[in-house]
Amino acid sequence: MIKVIKSGMLTSVQDTGRVGFRNIGVPLSGSMDTISAGIANGLLNNDKDAAVLEITMLGPKLEFLKATKIAISGAELSAKINDTSILNNKAYLLKKGDMLSFGDLLNGIRCYLAVEGGFNTEKVLNSRSFYVGITSKEKLIVNDLIPFNPKKAINNNFSGRLKNTILFFETNILEVYKGPEFDLFTPNEQKLLISNKFTVSNQSNRMGYRLEESILKHSKTIITSPVIPGTVQLTPEGKLIVLMKDAQTTGGYPRVLQLSEKSIAILTQKKTGDKISFKIKIV
Amino acid sequence: MDSKNGKYQLVFKPYGESAILIEWPKKIDENILTDIREFVQKIEHLKNKEIVDVNFVYNSLLIIYDNDLIKYQDLKNQLLNLYFKADYIKKTAKQIWYIPVCYDVKFGIDLQLLASEKHCSLEKIINLHSSVNYTVYGIGFLPGFLYLGGLPNELEFPRKSNPRANVEKGSVAIGDNQTGIYPQNSPGGWNIIGKTPISIFDIKKVMPIEIESGDELKFYSISLKEFEEIEVGFKNGFYNLKNAILND
Repeated sequence: MIKVIKSGMLTSVQDTGRVGFRNIGVPLSGSMDTISAGIANGLLNNDKDAAVLEITMLGPKLEFLKATKIAISGAELSAKINDTSILNNKAYLLKKGDMLSFGDLLNGIRCYLAVEGGFNTEKVLNSRSFYVGITSKEKLIVNDLIPFNPKKAINNNFSGRLKNTILFFETNILEVYKGPEFDLFTPNEQKLLISNKFTVSNQSNRMGYRLEESILKHSKTIITSPVIPGTVQLTPEGKLIVLMKDAQTTGGYPRVLQLSEKSIAILTQKKTGDKISFKIKIV
Repeated sequence: MDSKNGKYQLVFKPYGESAILIEWPKKIDENILTDIREFVQKIEHLKNKEIVDVNFVYNSLLIIYDNDLIKYQDLKNQLLNLYFKADYIKKTAKQIWYIPVCYDVKFGIDLQLLASEKHCSLEKIINLHSSVNYTVYGIGFLPGFLYLGGLPNELEFPRKSNPRANVEKGSVAIGDNQTGIYPQNSPGGWNIIGKTPISIFDIKKVMPIEIESGDELKFYSISLKEFEEIEVGFKNGFYNLKNAILND
């Protein structure tokens, strides 16, 4: 069990998401940056879908009421066990009573904390991922107690570091596919999507990232149709919205581009004011 | 039908790394909806482990697959064959669901506005809204939100330029040429004309929603007193949503 001493800005339990419920309008949810969450779980020999904590910008302070092993990955948030700084992408043993805290944000904005065996909060529609209206909680608050699974029988003595091979924080080019409505636009209009640099706006969250620039006012409409995380919508005002993991399952704006899972992970680590551009992947 | 074998000409599009979008002719049409629904029933019958999630709305169907197990072109070919294969499964009958709505101004906070803008009585709006069968063209936008087709033209009304920060769960509302039920508390810009005491989406149930895309729905007017009775009955499990099988 972990006790939440300080909640941080937005700390939530996430796994690989709610798969199989799109037909009743339930969003996927799950870790925004699946690569970092996967590294944290991998270091502890956890299953791929073990639940982790997604920590956003301002980290929580957590007291471990039971000994376990942990790993953090993703954003660099100056983590400490008691008074000792720890590194990302490395497993650490914690004793009962140890305190995990976070400090200055150095790189990225979302950090993933895995514990050995995974967190064991309520499972709703096959997933522990927090989502308002589905799970009873949408974020952690002070004094919450978060259970985790008992240590696995197999001893995991891996003590090295895993490296994130993607230059997450340096990369600002997102590889994308053409979206279903890409060809509704003329070659010159299409060029605007891939030749421009875009700025992440302050209206960016787990549902979607809105980009500042207005590139192409248009009056092209579609009949409401399914959308998925990573879909880039072009609004009539000419702005782009990149849908993220908590996005709705249907939408009515033209879907011009589609991010790969890797691109979603890279964008997940961008904050307000960061610049990005799109590069179409040749298939 | 624009078709061969009595079927539609489908357009298949790759959608990212692990999804296929299938489009029927670009229109809102009950025959298209029925065709998609029957195709989805065939797909579900396969219990194909390569397919991980499926949803459809209006004229398009999305299939998410596991790209470690199958590639786009192979799945596309499989699905095309399946589409043209003669029906071999028993279709699930369409149902009609009867939704109680209290149109009292206590809940229908925009009813007066609609009546005065349309120069008619509240009763006329209520009667019109509860007179027709609506078609469920899909579920999306929010968990359990139904896209309903069939709002009488006379009831069309623009959505608010300034959406409300919170619309109560169960509110029944009109936005442009659509009507709908808010399945949970949420911000919303539609004009609220009433409220249903039942939850059409209940996360505590194994199947959180019984209504399916392709089904039909009819509202019926209840008094404030009936609202309270049904609300209590529903909370305690004594009230079941009324429904009936629709004949083809």
